[in-house]
Parts: sequence; C-alpha cells; structure tokens
Amino acid sequence: MENKWRVVVGLGSCGVASDGRGVYKALEEGIAQRKLSAEMEETGCLGMCYNEVLVDVIDPQGRRTLYKEVTPEKTDRLLDEHLLEGKPITEWIARAEGVVTDDDAFLKDQKRIVLRNCGLISPESIEEYQARDGYQALKRVLKEMTPAQVISEVLDSGLRGRGGAGFPTGLKWRLAAQSDTKPKYFICNADEGDPGAFMDRSVLEGDPHSVIEGMLIGAYAIGAGVGYIYVRAEYPLAVARLKIAIKQAKDQGILGQNILGSNFSFDLKIKEGAGAFVCGEETALIASIEGKRGMPRLRPPFPAVSGLWGKPTNINNVETLANIPWIILNGAGAFASLGTEKSKGSKVFALAGKIKRGGLVEVPMGLSLREIIFDIGGGIKEDREFKAVQLGGPSGGCIPAYLLDTPIDYEAITATGAIMGSGGMVVMDETTCMVDIARFFLNFTQAESCGKCTFCRLGTKRMLEILERICQGEGRIEDLKLLEELSESVKTTSLCGLGQTAPNPVLTTLRYFREEYEAHIIEKRCPARSCRPLLTFTVIEELCTGCGLCAKVCPVEAAKGKKKEPYSIDQTLCTKCGQCLAKCKFEAIRVE
Amino acid sequence: MPDKEQALETVLTEYQKEKGSLIPVLQQAQAIQGYLSKPVMSRIAERLGIYESDVYGVATFYTQFRFTPLGKNIVKVCHGTACHVNGAEGISDSLCRHLKVKEGETTEDGKFTTERVACLGCCSLAPVVMINEETYGRLTSDKVKKILDRY
Ligand SMILES: Cc1cc2nc3c(=O)[nH]c(=O)nc-3n(C[C@H](O)[C@H](O)[C@H](O)COP(=O)(O)O)c2cc1C
Ligand code: FES
Repeated sequence: MENKWRVVVGLGSCGVASDGRGVYKALEEGIAQRKLSAEMEETGCLGMCYNEVLVDVIDPQGRRTLYKEVTPEKTDRLLDEHLLEGKPITEWIARAEGVVTDDDAFLKDQKRIVLRNCGLISPESIEEYQARDGYQALKRVLKEMTPAQVISEVLDSGLRGRGGAGFPTGLKWRLAAQSDTKPKYFICNADEGDPGAFMDRSVLEGDPHSVIEGMLIGAYAIGAGVGYIYVRAEYPLAVARLKIAIKQAKDQGILGQNILGSNFSFDLKIKEGAGAFVCGEETALIASIEGKRGMPRLRPPFPAVSGLWGKPTNINNVETLANIPWIILNGAGAFASLGTEKSKGSKVFALAGKIKRGGLVEVPMGLSLREIIFDIGGGIKEDREFKAVQLGGPSGGCIPAYLLDTPIDYEAITATGAIMGSGGMVVMDETTCMVDIARFFLNFTQAESCGKCTFCRLGTKRMLEILERICQGEGRIEDLKLLEELSESVKTTSLCGLGQTAPNPVLTTLRYFREEYEAHIIEKRCPARSCRPLLTFTVIEELCTGCGLCAKVCPVEAAKGKKKEPYSIDQTLCTKCGQCLAKCKFEAIRVE
Repeated sequence: MPDKEQALETVLTEYQKEKGSLIPVLQQAQAIQGYLSKPVMSRIAERLGIYESDVYGVATFYTQFRFTPLGKNIVKVCHGTACHVNGAEGISDSLCRHLKVKEGETTEDGKFTTERVACLGCCSLAPVVMINEETYGRLTSDKVKKILDRY
C-alpha cells in the first residue's frame, strides 16, 4: 500500500447528499482510464460539511491533500494535474501541509476525541479502526482492569452524558453495577430526535466501532450481557454501517461469547426506532424496545434498578460512548485536564442555520459561543447581522448576541435559559423571526407529546394557538402574560423531560426578544419580515427593469407585466411566498 | 400477490416467539406491503398473540407507520430547525404546487407521496429533501422541480 496513491471520498450522509457517489464513480472511472495505480476508498464525515464533496488525495509518500467542493466534472483535472503530473491544485485545497487556507481556522481550535477517526478511516473496515488503536482500550480493560476500576476511571474523567441531561457517566455506571439482579442490559441511545443535531449520525456513519467499543467497556463495567442500539429509522446509512461493524466484531471474537478469550460475553442487537421524538427519553425508549407505545413513566425506579423487562439497564448516548475508549487509553487525567471546572473534556456541536461554515465541530469545553460561531464557523452567511443561536433544540432556547461570550459549560449555558442539550447549534440572523421560532418549536413539542400528561398535551396546544395567533397579527398584549403562566404550569406538571422543557423556547425568546412579540401584537409588523400574513410584497417601479424573472418564478401568477416595463404584483393572488424577492436581481421588490 | 404473502409469512414465523417483536414486525410488514392494511394488522395480532387494539395502539403512536397505500416514490421534506430557518416552508410550497398535492398526500398518478419530517440529520446542507433513500441538500425551489423530473 505504501507506494500507491490513495483517493478517499467523504461519504457521510452530507457527502452522499452532495453527490459524493457521483464523484466517487467519476474518480474510479478516471483512474481506470488513465491506468493509474491508485486505490479508491470511502470515509465518513470530516465535519466540513460546508465544503462537500471532500476528496482526500494521499500520495505514495503519505502526504495528504484535502480537496473541497469536488464535483464529477472536476475530477479529470484533479487526476491529470495531481496524480499524473504531481502538481496539487492549490485553489481547490481545503487542507494540506504547507498550504494556508481559510479552512485552517475551522480546524485550528478543535480538539477531536469523539471525532478522532471520523473522516480518516473507512467506517466499513475494522482493520482501519484497529490500526488507529481500535479495541485496544477493550483489551486493556479485559486484561488489566476490574469493573470497579473502569468505573473509577470514567468517574475521575468527569465525563457527563452527552445526550442532554449531563449526568455523570461514571456515577450512572456505578448505580447500574450495584444492582444484583441478572440479566442486565446496556443500551445505546441513537435516537437523536433533536432537529438540528446530527453528531450522533455522523459518529455512527463515520466510526461505528468506537461506539461498539464504548458499549463493550460499559457493559463489562456494569456486568451486562446483552445490548441494544436504538437508532432512528431516518438514518438508513448509519444502520447499514452498524450492521457491518457488528458482523466484523463478531467474526473477530470481539462480540459474542468469551470475548477476546476472557470470561466476558456480550451480545449486541440493533433496534430501529419508528419515529417518535419522545422515544429518546430513556423510559419511553425502553417501552419502545419492549414493543409498546413509547410512553415515559415515572421515575424512580430508575432504569439502573428496573429497566428493560424489569431488569437493571444502563442507557448512554452515542457521543458519550465514543469518548470511553479514548478515556481508557489516555487516562482520566488527560480528559479531565480539558474543559472547565464542572464540564470536562470536549463537546461536539452541529453547526447549522445561517452560518458560513456549517458542519461538525468538536471543541474543548470552556470555549465561548463567539469563538465557535465566528472563529470556527466563520460568522454569518452573506455577512448579515447575528441575532441568536438556538441551543438544545425543543428543550433549549435562543441565546442573544450580547451573551455570545458565554462559555460552553453545562451550568453557564443553563443560566441563559437554554440548555447544552445534545449540541445542536442553529444560528439565526436578522431574517429569522423569534416569535416564529417559538411557534415552530411549540408546534414540534405539541405534535410529539405522547399525551400522557394533561398539561403537556393541552397546555402546549394552547400555547401553540396563542403563538399562531400572534404570528398572524391577531395577538393581544395579555397573551404574553398568559404564555408565561402556561409555561410555568406545563413545566411543573409534566412527568418527563419533554413537557418539563417544552416552554423553554418560548420563555427565552420572551426574555430576550420581547420587543419582537410586541411589534407583532401592537404594530402588526414582523421585524424580521418572515411572518407571511403580516407582509405585503410590492414592486418598486423605479428599480424594476422589466426583466420578468419575478413573473417566471411566481407560482400563482401574481407577478404580472410586460417585458421592459415595470411589473406589478396582484395582491389578491399573492401568497407571500417571497420567491420574487429571492429572485429579483435589482432589489426592486419591497417587503413591508 | 403470493410473493408478498410469502415474505410476510416468513417475517411472522421468524418473530413469533421473540419478546417485544411487534415494532420490527410492523416495520417489515410495511416494507413488504408499502403500508399497513387492516387484514395484515389482524393477522399480526393473531400470530403474535396480542390484542388487535394493541397493534393499532402501537402502530398509530409512531409516525413511521401508514395506513393507506403509498405512491411509488416518497418525498420527505425536512422541517427541522436548520431547514426551517433556511426556507423549508418555501420548498414545501413549491413542491406541493408542482405536484398538485397537499403535504402528506399522494399524487393522482400515484407517482409521489409527500411527507413532512422532523429532521433528516443533514442540517448543514439545509434545506434538505429525501426521496426514497436518497438525500438532496442545499435546495432551491427550481432545483426540487428538476430533481423530481428524474423520477
Ligand atoms: C423528550 C426527550 C428526548 C430525548 N432524546 C434523546 C435522544 O434523542 N438521544 C439521547 O441520547 N438522549 C435523549 N434524551 C435523554 C435521555 O433520556 C437520556 O438522558 C440519555 O440518553 C442518557 O445518556 P447519557 O447519560 O449518555 O447522556 C431525551 C430526553 C427526553 C426527555
Ligand atoms: S433540520 Fe433539516 S436536516 Fe436537520
């Protein structure tokens, strides 16, 4: 392999969605045509989703050149110049030794623990995982450590659950280990229900063995013999890669009876979710694996005492588990040396929304939101004004610009009214309406409430109705007080985290963007120009060149006119979709 | 069709004795048939030895399950946070107008069924649409129409 070229295409779901398979095929054909001695490989998501399709060219000396925005059309030039003539194409490079690029800033402040292999190995090859110390931590644990020692190590690392609540992982394991009842179960929560979060998906697609290894170590620590990975049905690629990984591990005696010659045995199964956000909640998830409706139940008893089929059960998130092998190999101290006093290690964030460099980033805890959004993420698309960042999905909240220096730390984030959550970070600019965002999340939680608690079922519905009314320009000023009262009731009378946190998006937007609510109610105006019922689209005659583009894109034929003369918009037909505005090259459409 | 009948029979036999198998059985029955029909649900209840009402209770709880036949291609429009912020509503609008359906409906020729989903996990490429198992990112209204023409 040493003296061969290697061409690696990023085929995480982001790569695939950007036609990565087309690029792969074009490269494969190009290599065959030129009779090049080069090997093709696929890898997962490197995190630079904004640069897809990414192609890593590794020359016979092992030097890597990462190309961005590759299309099938670009592959001929890439092969000719780089592989045949040995001249890398500088202007297409995202990253290479000795080349300075804008993308260096994206990676500079990152600390990759969870993502240590993502984008670097083939997710479908256990050998490549092993070549990067894969399953070494498991070996060490089985040979040299007692379950109690493993638990102490994880406890000392300070690792807290990455699924949202931030409960110390070592403590959870200790509780599960203390139960004497057998059998015990170990579950990986790969439901990833938060809209706007995609780190679990990328880890499963890019490095499935790290999650399996984390599960094995955890199962050994608590004494579990059977495990389940509960994964979303919307993630077919993750399921496929997990299946391959499980089979490979079984074939090598890493899963099954007497693992690696020890007396530890562990069997692992995949359960596909069926589309219900609440199934991410641990007691609901257990009910769902048991084949029932995914309804949460009152705790205690906690799953550590009575979980799946009434037996002791431990549940951890994908990202939590992917940290484990690294902690065992590098020591609790190495992990705990990163981060803040109470939030240790690194955290993966899914950067999306109105951000220039959207993708996955993993940073040491303690970095500020500003550093993540502006230094790493490159700031706001089209250099618009930053308005807020949404953290924690439907359970979280919007953090305004003046709090951008808040550090990434469980307690500091909670103090803003948002939560760390699973790490979805959706960036919003001046075109995002905060009342609409509150309505959007309430619509989500209202639809996803399992219906068991009256306030969660009906309270969120009432709140949604009020928000819809405000977005339509029919709000009343008393509505704001009512929203606050309802929020309080829903929070305090709901049984599970879904209802307890559902009002957070409303409360944070009311706290930081109250004037936007008031503009909707009092002035019947949407300052972000996003709530359609409050908008009017007209043509500014002086600016209109009569090019006719607006009429061409208007889906309802409301934009009318003759070529080369100013157009006009028929208000009785206009559905306010905004397509004319988006298309007009002369800024001749006015929105009020 | 006998093939589908056979496939369903295999699934039922395989899972009959396994605990907690209702959801995987429903998933596979739907994969075979395209949706869950009344006779199929009765049969599942009978073979797994559970009440029909429980089968319905579980099937209606999860958004994955459908009770009417589907179009040939399923178009899932993401309405997750990132997609919402980046104009998912407009994508839905033009898609529905183009296909002359409401969200959740099947086109008259049975070629497409549209669906609204919560997040496809491709948020950095928002707005995103998934057709069958293929995901398309960084969409605009015009692009969606062009993509649909390929099916
Ligand atoms: C409504 C609701 C949805 C949740 N969804 C998820 C999810 O999708 N993934 C996840 O890992 N945890 C989710 N959680 C948190 C889990 O209940 C649980 O705390 C977590 O899986 C524990 O793992 P950790 O300690 O490793 O974080 C959710 C909680 C609630 C209340
Ligand atoms: S919000 Fe659309 S893919 Fe996540």
